[in-house]
Amino acid sequence: MEYILIGVWKAFGLILSLDREVFSITSLSLRVSAMATILASVAGMPLGFIIGTENFFGKRVLVTIFNTLMAFPTVVVGLLLYSFISRIGPLGSFGLLFTPWAMVIGQFILATPIIVALTISATQGIDPRVRLTALSMGANSLQTACTMLSEARFSLISAVVAGFGRVITEVGCALMVGGNIRGHTRTMTTAIALETAKGEFAFALALGFILLMAAFLVNILFHWLQEIRG
Amino acid sequence: MEKQLFTIEGLTKRYNGKTILDIPYLVIKKGLIYGVMGPNGSGKTTLLSILSLLDRSTSGRICFDGVEINGRGNDDSTLRRQMAMVLQNPFLLSSTVYKNVAYGLKIRRWKKKKQKQKIEECLDMVGLVGFERRKVHELSGGEAQRVAIARGIAVSPKVLFLDEPTANIDKSNMETLEKIIQELNDKYKTTIIFTTHDLRQAYHLADEIILLSEGKVSKILSRDELKDYP
Amino acid sequence: MKRLALLTFLFLFALLFFSQASAIERLRLSTTTSTENSGLLNVLLPPFEKLFNLKVDVIPVGTGKALKMAENGDVDVTLVHARSLEDRFVREGYGVNRRDLMYNDFVIIGPKSDPAGVRNAKDAPEAFKWVALKHATFISRGDNSGTYVKEMEIWKMTGNKPSGNWYLEAGKGMGMVLIMCNEKRAYTLTDRATYLALSGTQKIDLPVLFEGDPMLFNPYGIIAVNPARHPHVDYVKAMALIGWVTSRAGQKIIKEFGKDKFGKPLFVPVAVPNP
Repeated sequence: MEYILIGVWKAFGLILSLDREVFSITSLSLRVSAMATILASVAGMPLGFIIGTENFFGKRVLVTIFNTLMAFPTVVVGLLLYSFISRIGPLGSFGLLFTPWAMVIGQFILATPIIVALTISATQGIDPRVRLTALSMGANSLQTACTMLSEARFSLISAVVAGFGRVITEVGCALMVGGNIRGHTRTMTTAIALETAKGEFAFALALGFILLMAAFLVNILFHWLQEIRG
Repeated sequence: MEKQLFTIEGLTKRYNGKTILDIPYLVIKKGLIYGVMGPNGSGKTTLLSILSLLDRSTSGRICFDGVEINGRGNDDSTLRRQMAMVLQNPFLLSSTVYKNVAYGLKIRRWKKKKQKQKIEECLDMVGLVGFERRKVHELSGGEAQRVAIARGIAVSPKVLFLDEPTANIDKSNMETLEKIIQELNDKYKTTIIFTTHDLRQAYHLADEIILLSEGKVSKILSRDELKDYP
Repeated sequence: MKRLALLTFLFLFALLFFSQASAIERLRLSTTTSTENSGLLNVLLPPFEKLFNLKVDVIPVGTGKALKMAENGDVDVTLVHARSLEDRFVREGYGVNRRDLMYNDFVIIGPKSDPAGVRNAKDAPEAFKWVALKHATFISRGDNSGTYVKEMEIWKMTGNKPSGNWYLEAGKGMGMVLIMCNEKRAYTLTDRATYLALSGTQKIDLPVLFEGDPMLFNPYGIIAVNPARHPHVDYVKAMALIGWVTSRAGQKIIKEFGKDKFGKPLFVPVAVPNP
């Protein structure tokens, strides 16, 4: 119980004193996860839309695959990615291992299935009259797709938020391919893992609270975005 | 030939083994108001869908203002942009009245300033001045329908289709609607084609009435002839 | 208007993201979590970084993994404390120019009451033997860490493999294991540095019961990754680091480290014994 109280106290202390290291790891967490989520949305939404609206052979299998990928353990993704970008791996010459970009790629792999799966269900939930209305008003295929996606915007934003939530809290992958390098690839979650392993529970909790607050602020931002576009 | 908006030859529509439409010959003249009448299942809505390019015929030749349109279905947005359809339960995109009326213009890439002008004009015509910022879910049934009409006429279509426009509205709204249709036809010479159950209504508004029965045209009456009809 | 705001936001974001990729040279060092946790590197590396104008990326993982990463060429240099594994690493040609850097020691800690009488053991194997005999709870690292390797060496000397309900394999870092021991009032083998560091911030109610056996010395070695195996590694900078940490100046830092915080230094330098 003490840990929790000390943790909250420490959290405030760290924020108010604008602790540089805490600032740096929070900033890295947000940047990496935001970039990964943005890339995953750019890739995943059109894909989800196409799968959701078209009918093709093997569609159900594909949907099932994406739904399963959502539950992929983060450490496993980290391990697989590591084997690819390690020096002795096929993509070794790019020197990606232990860089923030490796973490972005890993989180991209984690976020995309979620965004695809949720976009598929959002698309299937669109009133069929939207498409009809768009077409009857003279929209071409691209414009029709945009109109349909716009009608589903609340669900789509939820999909993005879900994707972001999955990656900002993950540890296994970031640890594996980032290396938890102080000042370079140490994120909030990997720092928490480190401090916990050291036995520094109060500090770990403090970081945890800060992470919570950062995620909270991001969600508020999304909510605001929803408001102005609605 | 000049005055023909639609020329229909040998039109059939079959679905699941059933013949829904069978029209050997039909001409829709420019600048007139047509009422398509018939009991449920007579094929009224299907005819409208095919003429508005939202559905494909099984066979037959249709010319729209001199251009053959049969079999094109939804591929050709340029043709569809010359038409506008107001569905039975008009579907409005979830945002404001203004954005809905602007939809067709946005698709046609009108400049914002010109859009504003046109939208004001159309809202005035349907009697919804001042409704610009209203959210769609705040509207009554009659108001929603008028927004859908405003949306349709904003794009200055050559033909305006209305599917059962008076089916779900009360008397005062009905009168407003009739006024709008009349004004549209008088002022802009827009060809109007609507479907209805209500004979009195058809009599009131239409220049010509097409009677459909089991997919076939049983009779075409002009206004004068209607007077003699029981 | 909103579109403009969104674009500006994205632009600033992209700017922020990419600005962090600095052009400074980086040297990659894999080491153990306990080494990193001791805090020594935070004091030992900055002067080196300043001198050579580069940044050292320290990747703290388990001993096994640290060596594996060096084997794969994912790092330029490695610093671990598992002599047998290090020797094999060099023998198999993955590393070159190994230097003895420093040592600290392991201690056996346990409950104040000391049911196994570890206090009175004459050497480490005997202490372990008594713990096993008494079935006193003992928590092991259970991973491939240097501590675990040492623990296994000692068990081997007793002639018996530890097994039973009293022997718990945690599979966790040293800090966590110490906390577990505290909870369960158990014995364990720990490096002095982690123990001292943790005692500072937590209440570890377990005193040091046995120390001083030369077998418990925990020597650290630093090895450069063999450029013949991995041409891309920064061999020259790796050698510069090895040079620094085994130099008089570097060894002096090692000698002094921990004095102010714990009263006694945590490590003993061996490259230059009296810097």
